[in-house]
Amino acid sequence: MHALVGENGAGKSTLMKILYGMQKPDEGTIAVDGEQVTYSSPADAIARGIGMVHQHFMLADNLTVLENVVLGSEKLYGIGGKARRKIAEISERYHLNVRPDALVEDLGVADRQRVEILKVLYRGARTLILDEPTAVLVPQEVDALFDNLRELKAEGLSVIFISHKLGEVLSVADEITVIRRGTTVGTAVPAETTPRQLAELMVGSELPTPETAESTVTDRPVLTVEGLRLDAEGGRPLLDDISFTIHAGEVLGLAGVEGNGQTELIDALIGLKHADSGTIALEGDEITDWGTRKRRESGIGYIPEDRHRHGLLLESPLWENRILGHVTEKPNARGVLIDIKAAQADTRRIVEEYDVRTPGIDVTAASLSGGNQQKLIVGREMSHHPRFLIAAHPTRGVDVGAQAQIWDQIREARREGLAVLLISADLDELIGLSDTLRVIYRGKLVADADPATITPEELGSAMTGASAGHLEHEEEGGDSVPAARKPQPEDES
Amino acid sequence: MAIDMKKKFALDKERLLLGVAGPVIALVTAVVLTSVVLLASGKSPVEPYSIMFTQATYSDVQVLIINQAGMYYLAALAVAIGFRMNLFNIGVDGQYRLAAVVAAIVGAKVALPGILQIPLLILVAMLTGAMWAGIAGLLKVTRGVSEVVATIMLNSIASSLIGYLYLPSVFGVQVGNNKTTGTMHKSGWFPGINMGEAGEIYGFVVIAALLGVAYWFVLNRTRFGFDLRATGASESAAAASGVDAKRMLLTAMLVSGALAGLAGLPLLLGDTHTYSLTFPTTIGFQGITIALLGRNSPVGIAFAALLISWLEKASAALDLQGYDKEIAVIMQGIITIAVVVSYEAVRVWGQRRQQRRVGIELAIAAGENTSELKKEVAA
Repeated sequence: MHALVGENGAGKSTLMKILYGMQKPDEGTIAVDGEQVTYSSPADAIARGIGMVHQHFMLADNLTVLENVVLGSEKLYGIGGKARRKIAEISERYHLNVRPDALVEDLGVADRQRVEILKVLYRGARTLILDEPTAVLVPQEVDALFDNLRELKAEGLSVIFISHKLGEVLSVADEITVIRRGTTVGTAVPAETTPRQLAELMVGSELPTPETAESTVTDRPVLTVEGLRLDAEGGRPLLDDISFTIHAGEVLGLAGVEGNGQTELIDALIGLKHADSGTIALEGDEITDWGTRKRRESGIGYIPEDRHRHGLLLESPLWENRILGHVTEKPNARGVLIDIKAAQADTRRIVEEYDVRTPGIDVTAASLSGGNQQKLIVGREMSHHPRFLIAAHPTRGVDVGAQAQIWDQIREARREGLAVLLISADLDELIGLSDTLRVIYRGKLVADADPATITPEELGSAMTGASAGHLEHEEEGGDSVPAARKPQPEDES
Repeated sequence: MAIDMKKKFALDKERLLLGVAGPVIALVTAVVLTSVVLLASGKSPVEPYSIMFTQATYSDVQVLIINQAGMYYLAALAVAIGFRMNLFNIGVDGQYRLAAVVAAIVGAKVALPGILQIPLLILVAMLTGAMWAGIAGLLKVTRGVSEVVATIMLNSIASSLIGYLYLPSVFGVQVGNNKTTGTMHKSGWFPGINMGEAGEIYGFVVIAALLGVAYWFVLNRTRFGFDLRATGASESAAAASGVDAKRMLLTAMLVSGALAGLAGLPLLLGDTHTYSLTFPTTIGFQGITIALLGRNSPVGIAFAALLISWLEKASAALDLQGYDKEIAVIMQGIITIAVVVSYEAVRVWGQRRQQRRVGIELAIAAGENTSELKKEVAA
């Protein structure tokens, strides 16, 4: 099992694309089983036994698992009984626990990932490439995934995996390659390396030490949610009796396995969905019935969980993306007209201040790496000085350097009185950044915890519904990534 | 600073190149394939083109082309505004015909002074077109009915409705064996530009050109236009940015229909002054081809409208010289298919290229930084 780590834009994804035949190398060679190969498409790579599990799952939601797996490979085992038997066999062999007739849209993230892995194995892969497989999983699911991967390894398959979570890389990989700015800067053997050494190898300099921040929580409520309820069609509650208050200068962290109502809560707060009952108030105003635009104009910032779907116009230039979401606000608008000059100038400022690595503001958002796209979004949202910020997975798919930078920006704004709702699958981030922690499970806030004392493992078990109420820590747990943790004083108000 | 300018210039040039590459590839493909057809039928693969080019030098043909292009331009703008937000208004055809009939009837029944009559007719045509498109918009917003299906249905309903409206027992007037809606009052005739021997350019062509400018301005310089384009580029991102998707959809459909309603007016107000059996019928569908070919840009659409009009008007002469004028129809068909394919290919290619370039430029910048760092260290 080989791990590949590196900053965003370091070239990991490009390298993987080349290995998978999606892009052609300008120079150099690839050898599979000692034999030099060139391929012109992923089909060639698949024929050589190389399979890829992408960071963004490539599954059709409205098809069943079986249909998704055979899609595009109908020739291998047909689409009927034979394919079903093959899927059952693979699932059995590697303990993937996949139900062939389940609809993909009903599956959780971890299940989808297993379907992706099965899809690749079904096509006869001997070498699996996994692009940030753990980014969306809770610790328990990560352990299960690693068990699956060890099974694969035991069967003689090779696994290449990309990750930012250095602790995991060290615990699971047999060998680690670090790349930076497109070249290999080193290899490491996990047994002889600490996360810190690895991180320094990655960013090429000494890491900033985590600051011990003072609590900035005030007693001025900014966002007050009372009894919020949102029903799915058919009356099943997606959100049930959600109540919380976020004060100026407070970061409220929301922990939960994906699919437990976080997306719906964000939608309800930003105004994409309207509550069936309950109220939302922003400082003095009740905003329950307001549309998205009015909410954003009145100072709700939004870092969406899926930046490609909700945060960017991928094929538009950066300066148009700077306008997105703030088209009625200065400097983007002058009356009903767009102020292109001012918007462009401000985009340049954001690129400069937030260290967005780009040759210019006229390139499309799609040509930036994920981390740089995120920096642009963070810069854009912060530029309008929000009173309340929804930060959903603000550092997902973002490298260590940019991560620290984004955290700093959130802390900075918090000091100036920003209220933040932080939703993240990265529990270290959640614990390190939050002043208060809540756990969401099946649409309800089931537990709360003190970030100063709780461990990721304790939080993880609450996320699976195993415990509720106020979580008391039993014993101090060890930190896996030093940069992500900081002691946080108690802040009950 | 100088480097920045140079970079910007290179980017602009690249964008222009990518913009032009699509239509050029499509046109070349169309010419080559049409020549193959000609060769296969044992005819000269070159002469038809030269005949058609010669035709374009005659001033009377030029007037015909411009007049035709004016109508196409309006229809294509109507289609394009839908395309800009991922709405496919196939119903432009029904919308402009129905609008023309209603305008013709109002023009025959109402007699106001010209200064009021012409705006009234324009308003009537726009409202009719908007109403007809609005039905599809409402169906989509409230019931989720695809606008493609709804507008196709509405096209055929429009045909029946028109057939009813100009029955002699309703609003129609029988002239020989032609059904018409009666002659409109003279105050509603739109003055043309007299070109002497060559004929008369419809005055409404000027309005079409002005609408092209307005289209550009609204889309590129207003908040509304930004919201509309954002919705087309990514509906989910637009919704998250605060665009009310349903309202935007309905608005776009209404605007598209209103523009479509104008497409028949150059001919109606400038020449026939009545709606009859011989009123042209496929302008809305040609508008789709033209909007595609012109990449929804007001300038591109103008060129595309002229090109398609030229193919149509100049090909009439082919029949006289022993060629089939259907050659032009073949060409149009191939252009339409080739345009769709080549645009997508160029788009994907351009995006890959840019991604790669950004990568390279960043690597170079990073390299410079490290060498500077090294120098600093050395110093």
